[in-house]
Amino acid sequence: MAEKYELKTKEVWDGNTAAAHALRQAQVDVVAAYPITPSTPIVQNYAQFLADGYVDGEFVMVESEHSAMSACVGASAAGGRVATATSSQGYALMVEVLYQASGMRCPIVMTVVNRALASPLNIHGDHGDLYLGRDAGWIHLIANNPQEAYDMTLCAFKIAEDEDVRLPVSTNQDGFLVSHTAQIVEPLDDDTAYKFIGDYKQRNPMLDFNNPVTYGAQTEEEWHFEHKARQHKALMDSPAVIERVFKEFKDLTGREYKLVESYNMDDAEVAVVAMGSNYETAKIAADKAREMGIKAGVVCPRSFRPFPLKEVAEILKNVKAIGAMDRSAPMGTIGALHNEITGALNAFGYNSIVTGYIYGLGGRDTTVEDNLEVFKDLALNAEAGKRVTPLQKFIKLRGPELSFFKVGE
Amino acid sequence: MATPTERLENWDEFEIGAVLKSFDENGNYSRDHSKTYKVADWRVNKPIFNRSTCIDCDNCWLACPDTCFIVEAVENKKGKKQAKIVGIDYDHCKGCGVCVEVCPTPIKSLLMFPEFTDEKEALANWPKKEDKKD
Repeated sequence: MAEKYELKTKEVWDGNTAAAHALRQAQVDVVAAYPITPSTPIVQNYAQFLADGYVDGEFVMVESEHSAMSACVGASAAGGRVATATSSQGYALMVEVLYQASGMRCPIVMTVVNRALASPLNIHGDHGDLYLGRDAGWIHLIANNPQEAYDMTLCAFKIAEDEDVRLPVSTNQDGFLVSHTAQIVEPLDDDTAYKFIGDYKQRNPMLDFNNPVTYGAQTEEEWHFEHKARQHKALMDSPAVIERVFKEFKDLTGREYKLVESYNMDDAEVAVVAMGSNYETAKIAADKAREMGIKAGVVCPRSFRPFPLKEVAEILKNVKAIGAMDRSAPMGTIGALHNEITGALNAFGYNSIVTGYIYGLGGRDTTVEDNLEVFKDLALNAEAGKRVTPLQKFIKLRGPELSFFKVGE
Repeated sequence: MATPTERLENWDEFEIGAVLKSFDENGNYSRDHSKTYKVADWRVNKPIFNRSTCIDCDNCWLACPDTCFIVEAVENKKGKKQAKIVGIDYDHCKGCGVCVEVCPTPIKSLLMFPEFTDEKEALANWPKKEDKKD
């Protein structure tokens, strides 16, 4: 039996430590992982926990992230609770197998620390890897600070393994800005945390020799469509389970999470929508904007997939001007989050002015002042009642202003 | 191979994850079992087996990645049980040609031919041992 880890009610943890403790408390059967900056400490800490007797499960050493996720799929199909961690290039190498994991409905939990994708090589935080996994059929949860990295990881197991979901879940935290920033985290004790997640419930385990099953069947044009449709339906239905798990988590801890987080949105005329650590930065900027007379609010989708279309539209419907903040190079169109927001508003018949801001690529520091500039832009659009600023703008970029679809062009 | 229409369910009916169960509740092969699958219809070239030159070394049987060599149990002169290669399972052979590579007889007992080749014709025109020149 694994030893109990003595925890204080308040610990000073960075996001990586928080995620590692959550994995430990989940008593994962198999962790197969390959270290990569900035998520290395998650698996390093986990391996240490195992070596010190705090974990009963297996830690599988692999030679690449492709193998890490492959081992995870195998262990999950075999019938175990499975988790891993990665970032950036490792995530990219996993992509092929991410689709396998979700298609085989393996409820794997992956604690992702978001980092830019090469080239040029960069170890710092942006959302290039998260966006790369966008269509992989996973649930992607967003954690904006170490406490949330801990909480989301505990919730991730419960969501993934729910019999109505049975899909892999990733938890995402910004590289370094969350993963290496120590803050106060209030953990649950080991028993309470495990009890919240519950025992793993197997479904069609390959190690049940009395009921042999085939995983990874080939389904050509007569079947593939139906399987993918069913998987999409499971994702579309998953918000109900996510909300139920969040409710149970709130009952246990008092910490409340929603599909869409918001700050000062009751009377907001302008709003920034951001995922990750910039959500917190934008909240401070919103306070400053209000001091300047701009009725500013901030919104963060807690789940990037499934994307809470209706909830996002609902919370933004009365906002005059919206700034969609994408921390990834859009490479030929508007940002992915920008796209989601305009899609959500349009789908439900709202027509706020939406402009996109590309920020923080490769860990470029994005400050309160930078967010305040965005709010000022949005105020101009709100006041004019039409878009007077460019549709897409790169912020804090060195050199002449880089923007697209300027008004009047 | 095309999935038989009686096995096609609607999107909301099958087991999630495309998981296929091998046996039904009574322990019989389920309709999803691959026992009756024919998985060779994409083959372009096929091996043809020539019994008359085969020495039953079983290299092909061992090397075949799809276990496609059909064997019969026979007794040799000493009364010992032995495997005799009698043919190829064309429902599973993908035409990889590994068997031809490993066949050790001076004139190969296995050769690759285009899929449409008639077996009798191929055997009738099998390469002959070249006469030794003086």
